[in-house]
Amino acid sequence: MFSTEEVIETFEMISLSHLNVRTVTLGINLLDCADSNIKKMKEKVYNKIVSTAGNLVKEAGLVERKYGIPIVHKRIAVTPISLLLESAIRGVARKSAVARSIEIAEVLDKAAKDVRIDFIGGYGALVQKGFTKGDTVLIDSIPEALASTERVCSCVNIAGTKAGINVDAALKMGSVVKQTAIKTKDRSGIGCAKLVCFSNAPEDNPFMAGAFHGPGESENTINVGISGPGVIRNIVEKSPKTDFRALAELIKRAAFKITRAGELIGQEVAKSLNVKFGIVDLSLAPTPEKGDSIANIIEEMGVEYCGAPGSTAALMLLTDAVKKGGSMATSFVGGISGAFIPVSEDAGMVNAAKKGALTLEKLEAMTSVCSAGLDMIAIPGNTSTETIAAIILDVMAIGVINNKALGVRLIPVPGKKTGDAVQFGGLFGRTVVMPVSKFSSNNFVKRGGHIPSPLASLRN
Amino acid sequence: MPKKPERVVVTVMGQDRVGIVAGISQTLAEHGVNIVDLTSTEMRGLFIMIMLVDTANSKKPLSKLQEVLKEKGKALGVQVMAQHEDVFRYMHRI
Repeated sequence: MFSTEEVIETFEMISLSHLNVRTVTLGINLLDCADSNIKKMKEKVYNKIVSTAGNLVKEAGLVERKYGIPIVHKRIAVTPISLLLESAIRGVARKSAVARSIEIAEVLDKAAKDVRIDFIGGYGALVQKGFTKGDTVLIDSIPEALASTERVCSCVNIAGTKAGINVDAALKMGSVVKQTAIKTKDRSGIGCAKLVCFSNAPEDNPFMAGAFHGPGESENTINVGISGPGVIRNIVEKSPKTDFRALAELIKRAAFKITRAGELIGQEVAKSLNVKFGIVDLSLAPTPEKGDSIANIIEEMGVEYCGAPGSTAALMLLTDAVKKGGSMATSFVGGISGAFIPVSEDAGMVNAAKKGALTLEKLEAMTSVCSAGLDMIAIPGNTSTETIAAIILDVMAIGVINNKALGVRLIPVPGKKTGDAVQFGGLFGRTVVMPVSKFSSNNFVKRGGHIPSPLASLRN
Repeated sequence: MPKKPERVVVTVMGQDRVGIVAGISQTLAEHGVNIVDLTSTEMRGLFIMIMLVDTANSKKPLSKLQEVLKEKGKALGVQVMAQHEDVFRYMHRI
């Protein structure tokens, strides 16, 4: 029999502190759907997704009821679409090739809708060393693909510790981000919320927008992303005078329990779908709900507003303690595994940005000790392509030199300037437009080419 | 051959009053659910009862049983949750 304390603690974690499993993501290999006939390829892609994921929502729903732990999102990640595209665009003129790519995005969108999931990831490319024809066509199609679909997410890996940084890709993505915002300007540039540039993108990341089913993965896998900022915040709040050594211990214990819940749910959903259980991603993932915030944890540690001096140290302690506790709790750690600091998806971050405590530069410093990079940040609509590319390059540099998976998800909101309020809706939340440096980086990014892989990559 | 046990933890919370234990136990019995263990206590002014039950012979699947218990809880003025025991085993035991 379990003790009253154990049962009540679980109840409080779920009911009062928003403990949930943030996402159960089904990875699906689509490589066998490649076909030189675009019509046939679209049919194969649709049929494979619907036949593999048809029961995902139902089975995940049964598991969440069985254990009383909500699964916030059920999602799908597929093989990077640029890999499939190659065969369908051979000998096809550029414009038609881009149109074919968009058709595939629309098929992904329809399949996602038909299996009742909110996002499908994998409309992306891996260009850290250079571009293939499929890569360039896919990247060119992104603005229109994200504007004409609801559920499709795009991830482009442009850098890696072993590959260095593809600066041409960063510049290209600066332009893609701008165009995507403009094409979805009637919805505050929401297309950019579904688009991320990555360094060292993990092949088993369950979180959007960066999820894709890597070529090194098995046929299908279930990967799980945990949540739980509310649970950790509650613990820190109850320990106002605890020193850091003791606080780290408390966070480790809670992280263990949170991760065990994720492990259990993941194993059970995988079993019910008869697919392999992949990994648990140890990232603490916030939501816009009150209290479910990474910023609030940092503030509970004693920093007046997230972003004030001390925030980076607080985040380092948090991320490290979560990893230590979580890694004991799962059979296989994977994905990104570090605290997420997305601004618009975290009400505490938005509040800190409004107060002027949190800036882009401080977020950049903070990301060197956690994960996610510069995530869900609204910037002025008139920010230049070159400045966006330079911001991307800075984050890629931190990722490459430190062997970290980092992303950049910026939204240059059309028609908005610093300090304006922006409403994205739902999980994307609401935020304030943050200031961007007014100084130019044009000549820097226009050098183009490739920043070579760093000495840190020579580990053999 | 007896069925493999399917153990579920039923947690009841609310203001103490006459008939809570009887009401929940009766509902469980009506659905063929066996009570394996039971403990009750008072915490922060609330009555808390924790039951370990076996649903292997339940006439309804767990999801339906959860609905029935929730409704019974409403009638008794208490909150009732039913979760498979593995969630507690996983989260609190190594």
